[in-house]
Amino acid sequence: MTRLLPISGIVTAALMLVTVGAEQQPPPTQQPPQPPQQPKEIVTTITAEGGVPRIAIPDFIALSTDAETVSVVKTIAQVLWNDLDFEREFALIPRDTYSTIPAATSFNEIPFDRWRELNADGLIIGTVQKTGNVVRVEARLFDVKRATSVFGREYNGSAANPRLYAHTISDELHQQQRGLRGVARTKLTFDSDRDGDRVQGTVENRGVKEIYISDYDGENQRRITISRSLNITPTWSPDGRSIAYTSYRKGTPNIFISNIFQGTLDDLTKSVGEDWLPTWSPDGTRVAFSSTRDGNPEIYVANRDGSHVIRLTQHPGVDTTPTWSPSGTQIAFTSDRSGTPQIYVVSADGLGGVRRITSESYADRPTWSPLPYNEIAFASRTGPGFDIKTIDLASGQIRQLTFGEGTNESPAYAPNGRHLVFSSTRSGKWQIFTLSRDGKNVRPVTKAGNNQQPDWSK
Amino acid sequence: MHTRRRVARSAALTAVVLMMVVGLACGRKKPPVERPIPPPPPAPAATAGRPPGPPEPVAEPTVVPPEPVKEEGISASNLDELNKNSPFKAVFFEYDSAEITTTGQAALYEDAAILKKNPKWNITIEGHCDERGTAEYNLALGERRAVAARTYLVSLGIPADRLRTVSYGKEFPFDPGHEESAWAKNRRAHFVVTAMK
Repeated sequence: MTRLLPISGIVTAALMLVTVGAEQQPPPTQQPPQPPQQPKEIVTTITAEGGVPRIAIPDFIALSTDAETVSVVKTIAQVLWNDLDFEREFALIPRDTYSTIPAATSFNEIPFDRWRELNADGLIIGTVQKTGNVVRVEARLFDVKRATSVFGREYNGSAANPRLYAHTISDELHQQQRGLRGVARTKLTFDSDRDGDRVQGTVENRGVKEIYISDYDGENQRRITISRSLNITPTWSPDGRSIAYTSYRKGTPNIFISNIFQGTLDDLTKSVGEDWLPTWSPDGTRVAFSSTRDGNPEIYVANRDGSHVIRLTQHPGVDTTPTWSPSGTQIAFTSDRSGTPQIYVVSADGLGGVRRITSESYADRPTWSPLPYNEIAFASRTGPGFDIKTIDLASGQIRQLTFGEGTNESPAYAPNGRHLVFSSTRSGKWQIFTLSRDGKNVRPVTKAGNNQQPDWSK
Repeated sequence: MHTRRRVARSAALTAVVLMMVVGLACGRKKPPVERPIPPPPPAPAATAGRPPGPPEPVAEPTVVPPEPVKEEGISASNLDELNKNSPFKAVFFEYDSAEITTTGQAALYEDAAILKKNPKWNITIEGHCDERGTAEYNLALGERRAVAARTYLVSLGIPADRLRTVSYGKEFPFDPGHEESAWAKNRRAHFVVTAMK
């Protein structure tokens, strides 16, 4: 419903063009237009005897000889290798181990014997052809044993971002081969002080923070706010087109929404009280946040346009840091009503009681997992600093994912629930990292400045 | 009558042209698309003979930063001078606490006297935390500290509408160090004069 932002955009475009065409000239016949015939897909999956299929991805074949194509064929292969490696559904054979295998010049001349010698179960090979400013990319997955193609896709577009072709191929491959929703085209958002700008209108020397986005692998980092103030705690809207965050641009913290492809800004909370930590309902129609508008930090829910604000919590203690359940019917949050910050759950309509779910020394920043996992990740004090833990909501079982390398805060799930993003001081300053839900495969996302409070697009 | 119909027709035409323009413009901007190609029949090297249809464009929308919002700053440069040599005493807090200590009460007593002597001054009370709590919870803890300081000042007779609060959590430490001497300085309610009417 929410991931294929680009695809749904295309569908709209196609429909619009059809409409325009119909008005321009009447169709030659009375027959309704037929949708293009799509032959039934024959799904064949790569398997390996007793293990994870071993996949090789040599450079794609350049069908045009310009320098850009020659560079794109390497980029696509390397990025696709990284993307597939990230999900660990396949064993990716290191690319430098097959540099001696002669490069194919077409899909018809693949030296399958050589790939069998390498014990490759699958071979991903593709072509890139540039005509004017348009590139055409074709990708195939071959079953090496049978020398047959089991997956084929073709793409067309600009050469400006070759990584996007690799990400798209990776997501399609995971879907077709594994029924898995990959994350190669998902994005991250976080706050950063990397620009070194100073806050205006204060005698203290204070650095600003602005909101950034990046691809899931840390590439294409871009700044999306320019307010020269403190902008923190960004979260992605489910459709990936807007980011809600806490901004001090008017002096006090309030919730703003940047519609990042239109370049427009919505003021959600209209400067009522102090407001923090917005988080989108799964259907994108509402935003939960914490606010002091009634004198004490409580959890509120507003419609996307700021209307119909309802209050969910009623307690003299601190209630903050809300997160929605995947169904949108419950909200988990942090409260110190017991004396220390712990995670609680309340129904999203504010009716019914509040249920405590953690008994840590200090727990904050709950993030509810997507389905099929039924757990909440949070930061837990484990010593002088924090570590990332998860709690299974059915069994109450706690798993610890990080173990005291620096302090680790602000976990957020990837949309398929198999990875988390978090901020950590393990390499010195605050940086963003991703890791698998088993705690393995920690990968850095940022390097410059301090980067904190990440969220993963849905 | 004639004229009106012509106007109506040209309006309709304009609408059609507009829709075309909009449609084309959107079409150009639209992001990636893939077109599934069925795998060829399971025969070795059976890749020929698939007539390629016109594939659709792959492109990402460009991210545009939102328009900057103008600062609501106070222009008086003498405010800066005043805050640089602030007459106000900060209130310091115990670890993970928003309770005003006896030292804090003494500081607030002096601060209240300054506010009474300068009835035109409005102040913002900033709540700050050390780095040991989480960034998220500290936003609330800082608010607690600012509100505790304000409540005490109000109890000393300062009108509440002269005292705004803002929490910065652990975002703006006064001392960037990572030891108790730094943390103690960073757990504070800090006073800034924001208006002299």
